[in-house]
Amino acid sequence: MRRLRFIAQKEVHHILRDPRSLTIVMLMPVLMTFLYGYAINMDIENIVLSVIDHDRSSESRRLDERLFHSKYFSRPSVAIDERDPQRILKAGQAHAVLVIPPGFAAALHGQETVALSLTIDGSDNNVAAAAQSYIDQVLARYFIDQLPPKVSLPGVTVSPRILYNPDLKSSHFVVPALVALFLLMVSALLTSVTLAREKETGTMEQLLMAPVKPIEILVGKLLPYVVIAFIDALLVLAFAKIVFGVPFVGSRLLLLGLGLVYIVTSLGIGILISSLVRTQQVAMMLAATTTLMPSVMLSGFIFAIKNMPTALQLLSRIIPARYFVTIIRGIMLKGAGAEVLAVQGISLIVLMAIMVAIAARQFSTRVN
Amino acid sequence: MKEHAVVIENLSRHFGQFKAVDRVSLTVSRGETFGFLGANGAGKTTTIRMLCGLLMPTSGGGSVAGFDIATRPEEVKKHIGYMSQKFSLYPDLTGRENIHFYGAAYGLARTVIRQRLETLAERLSLHEFIDRRTASLPVGWRQRLALAVALLHEPAILFLDEPTAGVDPVFRRRFWEILYELAEAKITIFVTTHYMDEAEYCGRISIMHQGRIVELGRPFDIVRRLDAAGLEDAFISLIRSREATNA
Repeated sequence: MRRLRFIAQKEVHHILRDPRSLTIVMLMPVLMTFLYGYAINMDIENIVLSVIDHDRSSESRRLDERLFHSKYFSRPSVAIDERDPQRILKAGQAHAVLVIPPGFAAALHGQETVALSLTIDGSDNNVAAAAQSYIDQVLARYFIDQLPPKVSLPGVTVSPRILYNPDLKSSHFVVPALVALFLLMVSALLTSVTLAREKETGTMEQLLMAPVKPIEILVGKLLPYVVIAFIDALLVLAFAKIVFGVPFVGSRLLLLGLGLVYIVTSLGIGILISSLVRTQQVAMMLAATTTLMPSVMLSGFIFAIKNMPTALQLLSRIIPARYFVTIIRGIMLKGAGAEVLAVQGISLIVLMAIMVAIAARQFSTRVN
Repeated sequence: MKEHAVVIENLSRHFGQFKAVDRVSLTVSRGETFGFLGANGAGKTTTIRMLCGLLMPTSGGGSVAGFDIATRPEEVKKHIGYMSQKFSLYPDLTGRENIHFYGAAYGLARTVIRQRLETLAERLSLHEFIDRRTASLPVGWRQRLALAVALLHEPAILFLDEPTAGVDPVFRRRFWEILYELAEAKITIFVTTHYMDEAEYCGRISIMHQGRIVELGRPFDIVRRLDAAGLEDAFISLIRSREATNA
């Protein structure tokens, strides 16, 4: 116990002697959350729409106003003289072009038929899909309003109510997942680097010459990093609330408990990495690539796991972030409790046990 | 304490097909200064690692300080000091902090560490740099600190793996004076080196080649037996003739 304390104390010494690294470790997750939280915006707004009005009637002008009344569309920044939709798209002056043909007003009053032509830039499929559906919605409402008052519509409507993230804000969806990613990366990175450093300096060998058990070295060295990872997580969560207004409706205690399990799993990954490398630099690179990339791809952070090929779905089961992303979103946004998250929680605990067992084994065989 | 500090019999360690250490037998008496020589890759470090309880033998075995190296490595560790060619102190800690940390790793009480540090600082002239971060110290001073770390728990046997590599001659001389004082205090010294003048300071030496001990005895006797001009000459002609027979 005393040895453990001394090893932990020495690690704290190392950390405090290197304030620059500590600052980076503390600030990086906050900064990254800030950047990613804004950058990964899946809400599509301000689609640049160019309306070419050949009809020039009051009806066509009203439709034009309707379209730009919403936050979804904005007008091109400069007036476009070009009348050919293809050229406009090619020049990148707009994402979509709506052509209102002559006779539009007349067609509305049932005298003739005309077709509105909508040309969309499909090179960004998300924007294209959004543009099409928004325009459909606006047109449908516009046409209903144009009907004579005596015409009655079927009395059935859908009234949607969206729970947990009523404004469908991407940041509410993205930021909790970011906590999961950075926690994983920071924990694995710090662990693998601190262990690789002892190897590099030869102090690991000197330490093993003393009657210290490998497990004492591991636990003593890693304890301070559990604390750092925890503080990191709290910082990012506070930040999420203050800057992005992400709600926290669930149990803090449950999140902290499962967070600890998750952190220990990440430390296990760090130990494994350190056992494979000789230098801090390689450890750092390996830790960053093996934690961040698979987690972004396979955790359900952005891409839904159930839409993946079976092989990738199976692979995602060994990605700790997969479970923690669901857990943290569930707890923060939905207030999900232990009963709902049991499957994820137990899976994570099992994964932690496996990871720690492999890591401890690997560590003690490597040092011998 | 037994009269024999190190006893090994047919000690072997294989890495796959490669026999790093091949049936080595050796006895070192208490208080002896033993030089463990050999070319790079001859198996010296592997042997020392086994003697220190860091590596399990493939076959054969032995005892260090009276404890079996295969079954009681933890006891062995408590009774030996180890210092390697590699700078094995924490560069971002001061000398004093390093010593306190390693002392705690050996389970020594804080007051004991403080007392012994006082004695060691005196003996090894550490005072002028003990409170500086070790990263900024010249190699010779670092080596003295590393020696202090190795001596802190008052081991019966000191294993030194090329302790003076890269150190200037004045420091080397001072270092060996300290080793002599330790030997007088009945501490066994087991040292590897590439400096033949250092080897001549040893009571007995062994020369290792391809995992086997090929020569063992007092430096003077070995030189005479091989009819060489000096120990360096003896060492080189021995290794060359071995390589000639292998080829």
